[in-house]
Amino acid sequence: MNTNLSMNNIVDWTTTSDLVGNVKVDQVGVLDRVSSLATRSIKRESKLDALEKIVSMCDLTTLEGEDTEGKIIQMSSKAMSPDPNDDNVPSAAAVCVYPALVSTAKKIVKDSNVKVASVSSYFPSGQAPIESKISDTQFAIDEGADEIDIVINRKAFFEGDYKKVYEEIKALKDVCGEIHLKTILEIGELKTYENIKKASVIALCAGSDFIKTSTGKISNGSSREACLIMARTVREFESYGYGMRGIKVAGGIRDAKDAIRYLVIINEELGGSWLSADYFRFGASSLLDDVLKQIKKLKTNAYQSSYYFPRG
Amino acid sequence: MNNWEYAESIESEKIVKIEKKYGHFINGEFVSPNSKKYLDTISPSSEEVLSSISIGNEKDVDFAVNAAKEGLKQWSKTSPSERSKYLFKLARLIQERSREFAVLESLDGGKPIKESRDFDLPQVAQNFFYYAGWADKIDLAWGSGISKPYGVVGQIIPWNFPLLMLSWKVAPALATGNTVVLKPAETTPLTALLFAELCDEVGLPKGVFNLITGDGTTGSELVNHKDIKKIAFTGSTSVGKYIQKSLAGRDVGLTLELGGKAANIVYNDAALDEAVEGVVNGIFFNQGHVCCAGSRLLVQEDIHDVFINKLEKRMQTLRVGNPLDKNTDIGAINSKDQLDKITDLVNEGVSDGGELFQIECELPKNGFWFKPSLFTGVQANYKIATEEIFGPVLTTLTFRTPDEAVEIANNTEYGLSAGIWTEKGSKILWTADRLDAGVIWANTFNKFDPASPFGGYKESGFGREGGRHGLLSYLKASS
Repeated sequence: MNTNLSMNNIVDWTTTSDLVGNVKVDQVGVLDRVSSLATRSIKRESKLDALEKIVSMCDLTTLEGEDTEGKIIQMSSKAMSPDPNDDNVPSAAAVCVYPALVSTAKKIVKDSNVKVASVSSYFPSGQAPIESKISDTQFAIDEGADEIDIVINRKAFFEGDYKKVYEEIKALKDVCGEIHLKTILEIGELKTYENIKKASVIALCAGSDFIKTSTGKISNGSSREACLIMARTVREFESYGYGMRGIKVAGGIRDAKDAIRYLVIINEELGGSWLSADYFRFGASSLLDDVLKQIKKLKTNAYQSSYYFPRG
Repeated sequence: MNNWEYAESIESEKIVKIEKKYGHFINGEFVSPNSKKYLDTISPSSEEVLSSISIGNEKDVDFAVNAAKEGLKQWSKTSPSERSKYLFKLARLIQERSREFAVLESLDGGKPIKESRDFDLPQVAQNFFYYAGWADKIDLAWGSGISKPYGVVGQIIPWNFPLLMLSWKVAPALATGNTVVLKPAETTPLTALLFAELCDEVGLPKGVFNLITGDGTTGSELVNHKDIKKIAFTGSTSVGKYIQKSLAGRDVGLTLELGGKAANIVYNDAALDEAVEGVVNGIFFNQGHVCCAGSRLLVQEDIHDVFINKLEKRMQTLRVGNPLDKNTDIGAINSKDQLDKITDLVNEGVSDGGELFQIECELPKNGFWFKPSLFTGVQANYKIATEEIFGPVLTTLTFRTPDEAVEIANNTEYGLSAGIWTEKGSKILWTADRLDAGVIWANTFNKFDPASPFGGYKESGFGREGGRHGLLSYLKASS
């Protein structure tokens, strides 16, 4: 165990600050690698394997003002049994909801494999004082959330106050304790690869168990380039002796083909150890249905219409 | 571990039709060789015989050169815009049949299909498009009326990028109004033979493009033919020297594109993950059968351990195997001869005291294969640090200061290419200014464009291919 690591896997600020100051990333190289990995040809049994992995890594998500208990119950039920006609299809990893609906979801999934994740910290903007973020998070935990998805303070990030970004995440990790903390970087706002890498370093050092691409609430969602950069940061982190951390990609990943390309990036940059829901997740609402269709296609050689699968 | 294996994804061979036997392509048609001698061309990944090709002798070469001389009569009367049309047609046909060409290239040469499909073929078509565009603008390139074509040019190309090297040579030669006798490498003649069929299909006038297959003796006959006005050669430095000696005392133009031992300089302020990718691409692209390969890794001493650690991990993810598998990163070594040469040099590196790292992977039983390899602890006087290996073998040297990096980089008889890795723009410019290399990449490697001239300094040869300068290789001053 590394000596710079304190409780909750937090790396001290001096070390963090050095790491952030030393961030280097080359755009051309990132684009080259991503486009080269996109040519991997995933067929037959390896495709089926991938699709089933993707189902088991899905955080089935609804984060809308119009969400009701009825909607959440429906989605949670689907997460436990995405394809009731095929026992080989695993359950999803989690359902992801707003704090006020955590208890509803928890009532359905109970002690099954499916976790309840709650967004908090004034998702999606994060524009609130830390005290409010803490109480938002504490509320979700009290309601029974197994995992917490927070957003970084982009205001502080763009004002250059990296320490504030770090301290806030650290404070929220303190609230979470053993509960899994996923930190959303909102890469669509960070824009540059350097920013994405800096934010990844800060979030990991501050004790996040996962770093996550996007809220899904702005038009620029996840990107494979960001996933690559985040994967490399996670790899570096592990090589320093800071332990294995996870990645969640979310926002705009709608079809199985795209999801498989993400999986290839993780497989080739981080290796097979990361290919489980403990270390890699997809946040999605419509992705799951396409994956289920593709699984059916591989098994029966026929595309089935959406109405063969239960609504989520 | 949750290992996720990629199932085989094989590009079908059915798309290509390979004849049992091929003649030469002379005067617009395939003809049986006067020599009556044939030679097998095999697939280096399976050792299966793909076809037999003719070995050209003195008479065959004479026949081809005479056809090119006759062809020149009509070709020199063909207007530049007409020449341009033929080249455009060829470019489009190559695009249309690129899958077929790609499969054939991988079968005959051993390179991974993803490279022949995504690199070689698109580049080939681009070269023809590019020089098609120049054909009626030669006067604009180098001034009006100051230059004229050589006439009949002999072109000898290597086995590492068979069709791509054909396009580098044939497209500018035809665009400038020369006629051609081309000799492909003995191990990789098939794509050139298919290209000959295309020349027939587009109705290229007889004798403008002639193809003669064979081995070194055939090439020698071509070089020594009295009516050849220019030789363009890409290949090894030793053969290049032989050609230059043969042509001394004759009024024959010559361009040579020969070997290399390029330095890939990684400064401590580089984006290391991307530099690792670039270094991997620089040496393992096309099994390292690349004259401009970044075969000497020059890494700043203070990041040596970190960098080598990253590099070894990345190398371990390379997928070695069947060239026709779409997921293969490293294919077969082109020939038994080349494999022996690589093996000898690597053994010598080990006995000299170099520390060898090779990836763990299973190699197919048949065919010619070599595990991606990395040498560390190498001294400048080891043979692996100076001699071109032309295989998937990277040699590491360290430096302390930029001055020292430049000194080591230039400490070679070659001067074809180099790479520089740093996030500092000023350092890129400072370093590039001081390197003796024909092409220098910064924060990337092995990037090509038809508009960019390519060629070397010192024993890497002379003359440029590609771009506006590439036209000059096929033009001489008008008297």
